[in-house]
Amino acid sequence: MKLYCLSGHPTLPCNVLKFKSTTIMLDCGLDMTSTLNFLPLPLVQSPRLSKLPGWVLKDGNTFLDKELKECSGHVFVDSVPEFCLPETELLDLSTVDVILISNYHCMMALPYITEYTGFTGTVYATEPTVQIGRLLMEELVNFIERVPKAQSASLWKNKEVQRLLPAPLKDAVEVSTWRRCYTVPEVNAALSKIQLVGYSQKIELFGAVQVTPLSSGYALGSSNWIIQSHYEKVSYVSGSSLLTTHPQAMDQASLKNSDVLILTGLTQIPTANPDGMVGEFCSNLAMTVRNGGNVLVPCYPSGVIYDLLECLYQYIDSAGLSNVPFYFISPVANSSLEFSQIFAEWLCHNKQTKVYLPEPPFPHAELIQTNKLKHYPSIHGDFSNDFKQPCVVFTGHPSLRFGDVVHFMELWGKSSLNTVIFTEPDFSYLDALAPYQPLAMKCVYCPIDTRLNFIQVSKLLKEVQPLHVVCPEQYTQPPPTQSHRTDLMIDCQPPAMSYRRAEVLTLPFRRRYEKIEIMPELADSLVPLEIKPGISLATVSAVLHTKDNKHVLQPPPKPTQPPASKKRKRVSDDAPECKPLKPLLSGSIPMDQFVQTLEKHGFSDVKVEDTAKGHIVLLQEAETLIQIEEDSTHIICDNDETLRVKLRDLVLKFLQKF
Amino acid sequence: MDRECSQLLPSVCAVLADSRQLVADDTFLEKFLDWFKTLTETESSLLLLQENPCLTELITCVLKLKDPSSSTLSFILRLTGIFAASESCFQYLQQRELLISLFGEVGPLSSALWEEASVRSGWVQGVHSMVQHQSALHFLCNCGAIDVIFTLQGDPSLFVASAANQLLVHMLTFSLQSFQTKLVNIKDCDWPVCAQKLIVHIEESLKSNSASRIKQSLKLLTSMFGCCHDLWTEVLWSQLSERIVYLLEEKPVHAWHSLVDLFLSMARSPVFSCPECSLWTSVTCALEHLNPAQVGRLAVGVLKLQECPQAVRIQALSVLLQPMDCVLKAASQPLEYPGLLNRSVNDSATVETLLSCRSSCASLLCQTLAHLEELQYLTYLPVDLPYIPLLQSVVTILQFCIGLATPASCLGNKISRILIGCFRVQRSALDILGALSHRESHSVFMGSVSDILLAYLKSPDTSPTVLKKSFQATLKWLVRLSEAPSSRDHWQQTEQFLRDLFLVLQKRLCSPYWEVRDSALEFLTLLVKHLREKDGFRQVLFSSEVPKLMEDLLEDPESYVRASAVTAMGQLSLLTQLISKMPGIENGNGKEKSIVAQLQEILSTDSEGFPRRAVISVFIDWLKEGHPDVLKDTEQFVSSVLQAVNSDLDWEVKAGGLELAEVFSAQTLGRLGLAACPYAAVSSSATRSTHLSESLQIFCRVKLFEFLFGALCDCDRPVAQKACDILITLKAELCEESSLREGTRAGLSTEAHGIAWLEETLRRWSSCAEPCPRGNADGAGSQDPNGVLLVLRTVDLEGLHGSLNRSSDHIEKSPQSLLQDILATVGTLEDNEADCY
Repeated sequence: MKLYCLSGHPTLPCNVLKFKSTTIMLDCGLDMTSTLNFLPLPLVQSPRLSKLPGWVLKDGNTFLDKELKECSGHVFVDSVPEFCLPETELLDLSTVDVILISNYHCMMALPYITEYTGFTGTVYATEPTVQIGRLLMEELVNFIERVPKAQSASLWKNKEVQRLLPAPLKDAVEVSTWRRCYTVPEVNAALSKIQLVGYSQKIELFGAVQVTPLSSGYALGSSNWIIQSHYEKVSYVSGSSLLTTHPQAMDQASLKNSDVLILTGLTQIPTANPDGMVGEFCSNLAMTVRNGGNVLVPCYPSGVIYDLLECLYQYIDSAGLSNVPFYFISPVANSSLEFSQIFAEWLCHNKQTKVYLPEPPFPHAELIQTNKLKHYPSIHGDFSNDFKQPCVVFTGHPSLRFGDVVHFMELWGKSSLNTVIFTEPDFSYLDALAPYQPLAMKCVYCPIDTRLNFIQVSKLLKEVQPLHVVCPEQYTQPPPTQSHRTDLMIDCQPPAMSYRRAEVLTLPFRRRYEKIEIMPELADSLVPLEIKPGISLATVSAVLHTKDNKHVLQPPPKPTQPPASKKRKRVSDDAPECKPLKPLLSGSIPMDQFVQTLEKHGFSDVKVEDTAKGHIVLLQEAETLIQIEEDSTHIICDNDETLRVKLRDLVLKFLQKF
Repeated sequence: MDRECSQLLPSVCAVLADSRQLVADDTFLEKFLDWFKTLTETESSLLLLQENPCLTELITCVLKLKDPSSSTLSFILRLTGIFAASESCFQYLQQRELLISLFGEVGPLSSALWEEASVRSGWVQGVHSMVQHQSALHFLCNCGAIDVIFTLQGDPSLFVASAANQLLVHMLTFSLQSFQTKLVNIKDCDWPVCAQKLIVHIEESLKSNSASRIKQSLKLLTSMFGCCHDLWTEVLWSQLSERIVYLLEEKPVHAWHSLVDLFLSMARSPVFSCPECSLWTSVTCALEHLNPAQVGRLAVGVLKLQECPQAVRIQALSVLLQPMDCVLKAASQPLEYPGLLNRSVNDSATVETLLSCRSSCASLLCQTLAHLEELQYLTYLPVDLPYIPLLQSVVTILQFCIGLATPASCLGNKISRILIGCFRVQRSALDILGALSHRESHSVFMGSVSDILLAYLKSPDTSPTVLKKSFQATLKWLVRLSEAPSSRDHWQQTEQFLRDLFLVLQKRLCSPYWEVRDSALEFLTLLVKHLREKDGFRQVLFSSEVPKLMEDLLEDPESYVRASAVTAMGQLSLLTQLISKMPGIENGNGKEKSIVAQLQEILSTDSEGFPRRAVISVFIDWLKEGHPDVLKDTEQFVSSVLQAVNSDLDWEVKAGGLELAEVFSAQTLGRLGLAACPYAAVSSSATRSTHLSESLQIFCRVKLFEFLFGALCDCDRPVAQKACDILITLKAELCEESSLREGTRAGLSTEAHGIAWLEETLRRWSSCAEPCPRGNADGAGSQDPNGVLLVLRTVDLEGLHGSLNRSSDHIEKSPQSLLQDILATVGTLEDNEADCY
């Protein structure tokens, strides 16, 4: 059993598990942090960005000044943003049989895999994962395609050139493999390969293994996966949460008794407790608005935004913010808000019960009804007519490199009254803000990551007790910036096996058993013989029939009568030829009784010698030797077949036949 | 006993003696016993029995009953004990063989009812009451009762076991009372038989292998040394000390809890205060042998003692400091601070083991921190506490708790993992951090305390309760710094801290959690109150957004927060007024007016009681402190407040209104020279009379009397009481001889009237207060000084005062009522019985 690790990002995993005869890709995350190296894509012409000076090498060489721009000491690529794909060289991805998706954030690289690698298998995911994943992909494509960029930079990617660049460009990994965003047809093609599954549904893969999605509590439709055969169980835990937010609670019990537990997608900000961060978010938002400023919240169109809107629903009246408009701008804003209300079966218990009242499970419906929350596909159109300040704007993309957020950063960045509040933990807020410097607006970092923290992991592992834990290497040591925090790492026994990008792990357990079925007719014909009290044996003569990874023992074909005709037997005869079987023997020979028996039959000079493995019985007169060992008996006599048969029969008297 | 009770008693006794007539409510019996206890204290018990033969008959009857109820039997045991406390009565009962039948082996002891804990408890209490004379002791020794008490020490019912222990203490101290002067050596003297028996029992128990017996004896000794400070206790100790030390040396020490109690109890006894006393050797031994989690209470107890050898104190302090020292060393700290201890008292491995275990670490630290905090509040601490290292260790613990400390060792790593996010330890550490403020100075605060406090105040993960503690600690340090003489530089640094603090407060006031907003407001109130004299503080405050946010919170949806906002605004408003008096500082005066109006609006419209109560107490403060807006037109202010309060249904708001009325009336009288100040110049009677009439007119204008009389009729007793008190004071001031004349002139009778009459008068007044005043004397209502004065004089205030001061159940408390109640309950039962058949 092997694990191929194609992604170095612990929360955007992409691993391939080879288990029995199947090749299973676990998640398909797309590392978008590469886009932070690019200049933002403004929706309207930005004089500031277009006037940025080109970057000049120390020696005055200007050959890169068209591709690279400098802003407040940082260098950015002036080109369409590109993404860092999962490793494609480690194994032939066309051999992947299935892809299991655990949540909508972990499927963003799907079109790159299904459309470019010769993949012919099936993708399994839950319905909300697919629907919201589609929204995220569509939003991403829309953000990038609506701002076409004539220029495409590639000179800087040259290894020799990259060496000369300042950090972080210099240290960016595998820039040659970075790719532009996929297109809508590619998204559609990729999504068409998905087969929808429900929680606890058992899916057979070629009869070899069974995969089952389990609720992971992190997002709508998010799942952990159980991959099991009859005698082995692998659990794949990715992006789980034990907090009571909107999704259905995590199913922990089904993870018990795993041989291997692959653990990914823990919280990216283990020191920030989501409750505290929500409090911070609300306080900062209220403070800004009270002072007449605007609040910008760069976010994804689904996920934490639902919880934030719910908190604000309860908070705005108490904070005196009832008259402040909340805007949610995204090409998929409407769909996201509406989808969230229809996935009742995937929601937490409280929200599910609301549906039966009937009430919308999320209170943002009421915010929309009362006009407190308004949503728009983009800043163009209706939004510009309704726009009132001070206000709160939720919009994407959290990387601040594309999407409507770029416009608001340019618009509000100059005033210290305004605040940008980062709630998505995927991007470093300092890096995200770098191309907007110098910036007067206030920046607040309130990352809300509801995924498991290390205390919860430690409790989970105690509870489910897997034999082995496998996780990204980042989880086996304290975070580099807080090396004294030994509590911020996985602590389990035996220590977790760690992996890094482009590594292949041989998982530490061996398959020892395989299940074989016996046909009823064959079972009927067996005659068990009790060897010891409680233990019976029977010989089985059968044909092992293996098809679709299922093994069946069928009765052997009856010995064929010699054909009447003298026709030559056809080679393609179905049943193999069977010889009549000799019985098997069992038991041990008690030496004293054996000697007595020999003497009774006229062997007078019997001598017994003990050897390391058993006994040697010497019949001196007959010049014969009987070698009796645990698993074999030899009668060595000099060409006297009668004597040999006689002795053999005497030996057989002491053994059982079956 | 009065006649009525004597007449009722026989029927009550008959009821109690009748096993078919169960008394439904046990509390009657308790009250009945209490009554007899009081009676026997004032009257002769013997006479009581002789005059009421039904009592003796009751005892006899119950003894004869085949199947008495356990509650009745228990009652009889206790009742007999109360009577037998008097020696003459004891003889009387013994002659009738009642005592032996009740407390001897043939009595309840051998009956099936002994299984009932209430009967055993009654027996013990009866014996306890009885042991007031030697005859009782002899009786108990002879009838084998002492062995029964020994057995009851280990009774499954904790009440019985504890009562038995107390009884043994009482018997021992009582039997030895008269021998103390003769005692020199236990072996040389002739101790009473009973005492000897008890001491042998204690010794045997201490030597036994049974942990429970050892604990019982230790408890007994603890109680005994706690209540008896006679010389013989020292002799007893000398006999037992060796065994006690042996118990301490056992591993593990099972009875450590009881041993600590024993030492603490003994250490407080003057008998053992001498430095050479062997007690201190045992205490030293305990400090060495018990682990820090067990011995903390003893150590802190020792440090609180006035009389104690210095070496023991130093050792006790070391025991308390050891865990702190360990924590300090477990974190890599700059070397500027020495450790807390020069040498380790205990095996430091024990402390390290306790600290590295999740279950014991937090509790050991919480306990140690609490003990050390206790020491900070002692007026005199007889040992030198290493304050700076201690403070540093507290800061280190707080750092560990939020992951800021860098572990320097394996132990540090373990502590770090255990403490991160541990609210219990955070709270205890913040408590002591605040307490340590009284010792240390500015430089220490700026060194590390301010950083850690800001870290806690800023952290979004700080729980509301921990945040409250952080606020409290911060307040203590800031108040301390504001009081201490400091250089300009120092204060500038403090101002920087205040600026950071106000940024945090700004955020906290906008928190979505009401507890946080509330704590922040409470903190601000106190901060403004204590630091308002500091220029720098005022500048930082008014240059921040905080005042505006505080005002916004007057409309908070949570009533507690609104109440705190009201109080905070009350303080802030006083501060703003203070600034306005200073030249060169602008303030929005127009704004202030609206604050008064806002608070008045809250008082009259807020649906919750808390904000209204807060408003009234702010108004009282304003009136007392002379808030300029109040001073501008005090009459109008008081009048409108009283009007709002008058219609309030919350009794606390009303009580607040009464306090305001009291302050106002005292101020008015005082301003006119009528206050009861001993040093005030005596004004002439003519001037006085003018002033009196002037005050009266003021009171009438603000409708003070209408309010006070209304409150006097209030159904809430505290309101009526308070109104009555104020009215009595006013009456004393206003209704001197002149009022008598007025009354006679008006032709009204001077007969005292009660509440009904007053209510009628108030109704008349209110009907007169309609928009069109009629102007005649009778109809002038509350506005007419003469009419008011007349009412004030006529109402029987003194009578009302008396009846209001009596508790509402004073009638039901009388013994007569009790006896009637017992009979009535039984009657009800009989009725029910009749119904059944």
